[in-house]
Amino acid sequence: MSAALEDGLRLEGVRIAQGGRMLLSIDAHIRPGAILTVMGPSGSGKSTLLSAIIGAVAPGFDVSGRVRLDGRDLSGLAPQHRRVGILFQDDALFAHLSVGGNLAFALPPSVKGRAARRARVAAALADAELDGFADRDPATLSGGQRARAALMRTLLAEPRALLLDEPFSRLDASLRAQIRAFVFRRAAERRLPVLLVTHDAEDARAAGGAIVTLAGGAR
Amino acid sequence: MIDGAALAAAPAPRARRPRLLPWAPLVTLALLIGPVAAGLAGTLAPAFGWLPGLEAAPGLSAPGLWPWRDLLAWPGLTAAARLSVTTGLLSTALSLALALSICAAWQGTRAFAAIERALSPLLSVPHAAAAFGLAFLIAPSGWIARAFSPWATGWTTPPDLLITQDPWGLSLTAALVMKETPFLLLMTLAALAQTDAQRARLTAQTMGYGRMTAWLKVVAPRVYPQIRLPVYAVLAYAMSVVDVAMILGPTTPRPLAAQVALWIADPDLALRFRAAAGAILQLLLVLGALGLWRLGEIAGARLCVAWSCAGGRGLHDGPARGAALTAAGLIAGAAALGLAGLALWSVAGLWTFPNALPDALSLRVWRAQAGGLIGAGGETALIGAAATLIALTLTLACLEAEHRHGVRPSTRALWLLYLPLIAPQVAFLFGLQTLAAAVGLDGSRAAVIAAHAVFVTPYVFLSLADPFRAWDARLDLVARSLGAGPDRVLWAVRLPMLLRPCLTAAAVGFAVSVGQYLPTLLIGGGRVATLTTEAVALASGGDRRVIGAFALMQMVAPFAGFALALAIPALVHRNRRGLRHGP
Repeated sequence: MSAALEDGLRLEGVRIAQGGRMLLSIDAHIRPGAILTVMGPSGSGKSTLLSAIIGAVAPGFDVSGRVRLDGRDLSGLAPQHRRVGILFQDDALFAHLSVGGNLAFALPPSVKGRAARRARVAAALADAELDGFADRDPATLSGGQRARAALMRTLLAEPRALLLDEPFSRLDASLRAQIRAFVFRRAAERRLPVLLVTHDAEDARAAGGAIVTLAGGAR
Repeated sequence: MIDGAALAAAPAPRARRPRLLPWAPLVTLALLIGPVAAGLAGTLAPAFGWLPGLEAAPGLSAPGLWPWRDLLAWPGLTAAARLSVTTGLLSTALSLALALSICAAWQGTRAFAAIERALSPLLSVPHAAAAFGLAFLIAPSGWIARAFSPWATGWTTPPDLLITQDPWGLSLTAALVMKETPFLLLMTLAALAQTDAQRARLTAQTMGYGRMTAWLKVVAPRVYPQIRLPVYAVLAYAMSVVDVAMILGPTTPRPLAAQVALWIADPDLALRFRAAAGAILQLLLVLGALGLWRLGEIAGARLCVAWSCAGGRGLHDGPARGAALTAAGLIAGAAALGLAGLALWSVAGLWTFPNALPDALSLRVWRAQAGGLIGAGGETALIGAAATLIALTLTLACLEAEHRHGVRPSTRALWLLYLPLIAPQVAFLFGLQTLAAAVGLDGSRAAVIAAHAVFVTPYVFLSLADPFRAWDARLDLVARSLGAGPDRVLWAVRLPMLLRPCLTAAAVGFAVSVGQYLPTLLIGGGRVATLTTEAVALASGGDRRVIGAFALMQMVAPFAGFALALAIPALVHRNRRGLRHGP
């Protein structure tokens, strides 16, 4: 297998069961820059799939199969060693840090010196049309601004894959399309494989990639 | 959602008895603040040369600064004050660092559940019993020295080392760390339940942060503001503790609070003025240290932000996590071995050094001390039960007033709740004793019960408030729609359903009462003998077998309370599965 074929996020026979009951089974290969949408009702194991990929499965779930990222087997790795970024339903910005602090938090330590780090953060904010927001309290931002800041934070950590856990569901309908386009564009620029979990068919259409629909086997 | 308050506000059909309940929070706060304020006033007066009742004593009642000159002339003052500050700050900083590190390293793992199980029982162990246990463990003739002698140390007799009561107060600090780390750990856990800590940590981990660094950078800054008051209480307590200082603290000089307690107990009345000035100095030291701590918090918050923004990932946290686990194990192990040592000494016959186990076992001490143990045990149980009942009544009245009339305590009121825990006991109990004596109330069991209630009530309230508030308010509406009045809802629905948390809160309160030393000693005027006062009084005598028996009983009493708090709901609710894992 050539390197190019291995690139991206591969889910090889991933099976998730809870108390002996099979929740989901998935085989997929998300190439760099591609988006895979996973749809399904609540309880279908969507969130557990994301937990399995970032390496934080709650007790009580049995996960088998293999997750590879750019050919690297992620099995048994702690979340901090996987280089898989995630964007949650609500933005999960750290409330005790400023907007700039949140982004600086994600910036790798290899960017040294306060001035250099501030500059990188300012550039990322500008990229998200948040110029001058570095010292703002995250709580004072609008929903769309928070969503953009959260995405920039995730990307600054230089992940090799991006997971989206219904990140648009809390946004107003008018904002949703705009933020969605923003997220997909940034991910495509960085050629990140993206796994989008949603129950909104509009999200799936906008993503434009393959769609896996999970059976609502739960309950 | 249906508004429950609207129902409560509906006019009563008939003229009813006067409504006392809305006043409950105010009355409770007054009962907590009143004694502290009156006590402080009662300490301030003699600190400036005026002691009511001593006007007749020549040369002893001229108002002025002479008590302070007397205090300053005491040669041990600098060292005593320094000990209070160093042991207080060091033990608090260590306890907080350990509690946070243990959470940072292991929270959310199976190991953490084990740590929690191992450390939680330590909360109910009275400070004095834990201190005796540690003393029996680390003393030159203690278990550690015996375990390594003579094969490793060459000692065939106990070495002449000042390990306990060391002049730097290190053994005192160790005992405080052993008791306060579990307390702060459980306080942190309670605070964590209100934050989305798990996911914040995970978010940081997906950005490449090591587990501990992730926790310390994103969870700790949000948890700390919620455990600030308990931390202040720990700092104030550690600086002004008397019983632990009597057992493990240095003697030449003693930490200030212990020395003040000795002056108060001295038959020489002139020393009472010096004691009053010393007690006020203790209060000032605590206020100063709290101010210093606050400055440290501000600096720490700044540093933490800078540290977070620098982006260091802390990926190699294996050794640090191991160290945190080791520390937790050491604390639990030292406590368990210490308490086992107490038990063994109480039944030891001859126990020659360096044998690890007694040469012979005997029940002689238990037989000889049976009368004293039963008397002090009964007194302890009676005072504890009465003080807990008062505290539980006040707490339930406050919480029910909050439910029915919406009188919810503000953050500031929570501060007032903590006041008896943060004000140094010696500073206001001395004055309270003087006032009690002036009205002829000192030395009575009732006065001791009232004094205990001041310290028991905050803990009962803190323990019961969350489960009480978490009770499903829809049940209230259902019961009232069935025709039950608010009183009947309380007695027939709410309290029976909340039996378990009520009893747990009562057990916490009882344990707090059992552990009280200074209130019993001072307000009881030395005439009310509980297991704690008896055990601490034995400390200077050094008869380990008798100390072992009293300290063991002192430890068993709170455990009995918690056992009842577990057993009664299990029995009453044995056919009620819905309540078994209730709030």
